[in-house]
Amino acid sequence: MILRSLSCRFLTIALCDAAEPWQLGSQDAATPMMQGIIDLHHDIFFFLILILVFVSRMLVRALWHFNEQTNPIPQRIVHGTTIEIIRTIFPSVILLFIAIPSFALLYSMDGVLVDPAITIKAIGHQWYRTYEYSDYNSSDEQSLTFDSYTIPEDDPELGQSRLLEVDNRVVVPAKTHLRMIVTPADVPHSWAVPSSGVKCDAVPGRSNLTSISVQREGVYYGQCSEIRGTNHAFTPIVVEAVTLKDYADWVSNQLILQTN
Amino acid sequence: MAEIEIKTAPADFRFPTTNQTRHCFTRYVEFHRCVSAKGDEAAECEKFAKYYRSLCPAEWVDRWNEQRENGTFAGPL
Ligand SMILES: [Cu+2]
Repeated sequence: MILRSLSCRFLTIALCDAAEPWQLGSQDAATPMMQGIIDLHHDIFFFLILILVFVSRMLVRALWHFNEQTNPIPQRIVHGTTIEIIRTIFPSVILLFIAIPSFALLYSMDGVLVDPAITIKAIGHQWYRTYEYSDYNSSDEQSLTFDSYTIPEDDPELGQSRLLEVDNRVVVPAKTHLRMIVTPADVPHSWAVPSSGVKCDAVPGRSNLTSISVQREGVYYGQCSEIRGTNHAFTPIVVEAVTLKDYADWVSNQLILQTN
Repeated sequence: MAEIEIKTAPADFRFPTTNQTRHCFTRYVEFHRCVSAKGDEAAECEKFAKYYRSLCPAEWVDRWNEQRENGTFAGPL
């Protein structure tokens, strides 16, 4: 199991788009947003290691030198201007180096003012999700909407992940700007897909927007991330990214199926 | 097989935040104001209808339609 997750990390046979047993790192990025998050994590880790090494060195040195046997009379330094200036300036500079890429990423993730090509509504229910593709409606009557239920624990087929697979996946086109409108119909839920770097809360009476642009075709798995009671764990999310042409075919097929 | 058009409500600078509740509501109100100003068949109102259908959950639209029929809709129509 550990080997499998390590190979998932280092030997990229297939990209990692679902949670793995014993997984330590992130899932592989499918959107520029997730790539940004992973890069920021690595950037911050550089400073983290630097601080860890520096603080450990000071701590070990202090323990080693300042004890009763080697140094029976302790020094009584209560003030030192130079060291105080250094230990104020230096951490602020480090914080600045962390803050700049962090804010840049935060605001780029807000990309609300980019014109999307498709709007998909993800509506959380107890305990399933409804997806509405309403761009193709000609009246208030819904033309393309479906429920997405989890495959029950006792009958996943071979190769399906337990409690992670659904009966109807959300089909989206790859390399296209998508606007996800996230809202629940009952209790708070959350629409989260780790590979896309998306975690959007679904708050009753409010519709939240998150924009994604999936860069490669594939199947991406996520789970409800608002665990406020039983069974939220059983409302997974499966996004299937296909080419724009396949998406158009899928939509027209669905429209034919649902109108008949 | 009918060609489908990949097109949706544009981004609106009035609603630049994650919270898009007002965006949907405003488009719904705009459509009905347009219809009451220009009549039922006005072609220029159709785009507002497309926008609010894209942005609003179906349940909300149903509820608002019901409220309009009963005269209890809260928006400025
Ligand atoms: Cu939930």
